Amino acid sequence: MSTQRAVLARTASRGSGVRGREAQAGWLFVAPVIVLLGLFLVLPVVMAAWVSVSDWTGRGSPFSAEVDFVGTQNYSELLFGGGLATQDFGTALRNNSWYVLLVVPTQTALSLFLAIMVNRKWLRGSSFFRTAFYFPSVTSSVAITVLFLFLFSATGVVNKVLQAMSVSGPNWFADPRGVLHVLLAWLGVERGPAVLTDHAVLGVSLWQWLAGPSVAMSVLILMAVFTTSGTFMLLFLAALQHISDEVDEAAMMDGTTAWQRFRFVTLPMLRPTVFTVMTLGLIGTWQVFDQIYTGTQGGPGKTTVTPAYLSYTASFQSQQWGRGAAIAFILFAIIITMTVLQRRVIRGRDKDGL
Amino acid sequence: MSTTMRRLPATAALAASALALAACSGGGGFDDPAPGESPGGATDAPAGELAVLIGSSGDAETDAVTAAVEAWSAETGVTASVTVASDLPQQLSQGFAAGDPPDVFYVSTDHLAGWAANGSLHPYGDQLANVEDFHDSLRENFTVDDQLVCAPKDFSTLALVINTDAWAEAGLGDDDVPTTWDELADVAAALTTDSRVGLSFGPEYQRIGVFMAQAGGGLVAEDGTTAIVDSPENLAALEYVQQLMTDGVMAYPADVGAGWGGEAFGTGAAAMTIEGNWIVGALRNDFPDTPYRVVELPAGPAGKGTLQFTNCWGIAADSDSPDAALDLVEHLTSTEQQIEFASAFGVMPSVRSAAEAFATEFPEQEAFITSADFATGMPTAEGAAEVISDFNAQLEGLANADASEVLASVQANLQAALDAAG
Repeated sequence: MSTQRAVLARTASRGSGVRGREAQAGWLFVAPVIVLLGLFLVLPVVMAAWVSVSDWTGRGSPFSAEVDFVGTQNYSELLFGGGLATQDFGTALRNNSWYVLLVVPTQTALSLFLAIMVNRKWLRGSSFFRTAFYFPSVTSSVAITVLFLFLFSATGVVNKVLQAMSVSGPNWFADPRGVLHVLLAWLGVERGPAVLTDHAVLGVSLWQWLAGPSVAMSVLILMAVFTTSGTFMLLFLAALQHISDEVDEAAMMDGTTAWQRFRFVTLPMLRPTVFTVMTLGLIGTWQVFDQIYTGTQGGPGKTTVTPAYLSYTASFQSQQWGRGAAIAFILFAIIITMTVLQRRVIRGRDKDGL
Repeated sequence: MSTTMRRLPATAALAASALALAACSGGGGFDDPAPGESPGGATDAPAGELAVLIGSSGDAETDAVTAAVEAWSAETGVTASVTVASDLPQQLSQGFAAGDPPDVFYVSTDHLAGWAANGSLHPYGDQLANVEDFHDSLRENFTVDDQLVCAPKDFSTLALVINTDAWAEAGLGDDDVPTTWDELADVAAALTTDSRVGLSFGPEYQRIGVFMAQAGGGLVAEDGTTAIVDSPENLAALEYVQQLMTDGVMAYPADVGAGWGGEAFGTGAAAMTIEGNWIVGALRNDFPDTPYRVVELPAGPAGKGTLQFTNCWGIAADSDSPDAALDLVEHLTSTEQQIEFASAFGVMPSVRSAAEAFATEFPEQEAFITSADFATGMPTAEGAAEVISDFNAQLEGLANADASEVLASVQANLQAALDAAG
């Protein structure tokens, strides 16, 4: 009896001791991550936020005493200044909006289509196709950009092929015309109506906002779809393989057609993956930088300048660090807003039962 | 406390997943190059050792600068290391921000104003022993607030480069070298064939500006505070170029499948180009079989005109040994050293005392050095480089653009930049 009590007492005391040390040990174990995140994530973000509201000129620490707080000056100059800074930012947003608008739906649809194709049980050599479709994603984006520069040069392979078909191809990477403007020019519309040309948002006329991606940007759009579809195909493939055969068979017993099974059974079950793919796509396309940096440097005619690239040139080329940081934060706000909106839309559909 | 503790893992998981999303969304590749990763050059040299950061045009330049710096090291006993930057302005910016920049480096006129304004550059012009020897126009290019900030490294001017085979083929002789705009248009037309345009040069102020100078126009008035872009002279220049394009005798390099004027010229897609003396080395390396000659650009309505480009040797304000750095710069800009650089990678010496030797040694490049007499430099005011790049973007579409609208928008932007720079 006494031994029992002693054991109990010992367990109890040990128990509370262990609990106490557990918290300490927990903090100890997460400490390296907290330090790493703090050093490489939180501190740089705080620093950039400070730079975006300061007059830091790029010399010495931004936290030094000589750097002054200038409030929202950098932001207002970008959004309401009306000068070159505003025009450049407006142009960058215009370019990137078209890029996002065309890349995200295309890559999502294409990757879903590819995933369904290679998921077919009767498909021979499906692992070959999986590898082949995934291949562009594991290749360096810089290498692919350089490859595309060659393919789409004025005398490149693409134009040679078009020439063989008696089509004279455009000078892809040197053509600043917006594709919608090109189409309208074919229909005989060379100048926009006054209501569009006379009104400007962020220093860019509405007619220019509606120009569509330039021919050069269209090539980059094509490239983005080509390189990212493989990765997203893999995500869809994993989700598809998670759907058990019984579900499909049950639907078949109900006498559904293949399209009905896809539309009312498979697609709703893939909704979380669709959300992930679209979110990743949205973030990736708003942040496009390396293709621009290695490929076009923003040309021709600034039609491939994106906010991320503009942030870089404003900081490193023009020494306008506050403006560069402000662009980065506006870009961040755009991405967050878009993601939240998208989440709302997909959830809203959920309630309707899709 | 306990609720906070329980919520912590959820928050952490959320943050981690957001991070993971952000991490794998950088454009699709797993190996996206992080543009900020590039090290800031050899900036961690111990005190007493000089770090030199250059933006090199190729091995010839790297080797020549390295040899010159080594020779100086052997002479003075101060060790110095030369590093080639992959992106010079970016690496220098990182160095300035970290307070640990290289000691001596190239500075272009584009970046001079920004770095001079934020105090990154050590303005050593008044301590330079050979200061009087530099060409006046070059010194002006690197003068900020009446103070010479850095010593001109070398310079180049633009001239007309002619393919002599095409020239003879078109039945043109020595007397036909164009001296006026009309003559230039005529020879360009004579040289144009089905597979070749008469003339090609890049869609940028850095080329088209020569016509503006020849018409008597320019970007900034002599007082340095007034933009004069929307002048009738500049309009005449742009309309002249538009006319050449409409006539089909001139095309931008991109339109004939080339990256720049020299490539269009070398591949035979263009019979003439407007380029600087760097084309000599480029043709020797890439198109050694193209025979050419270099002549001065034709005169416009207001006489002769061309553009000149230059870099300088900057010394960092944060340098640990500014005196040794100054000594090195004096060595690198000395007459003998500049002639060596000229023969190694084809730049023109920035000092008057080397001009004669250069003309004797490179008679075929005489037109480049004689063009210095009537050359205009690039505007150096803070923010001017951005305006020029916007101008260039508009010049790409010049063929179908309203030239006066282009000039009006550049006028507004440049005046705003000049006002902001004070």
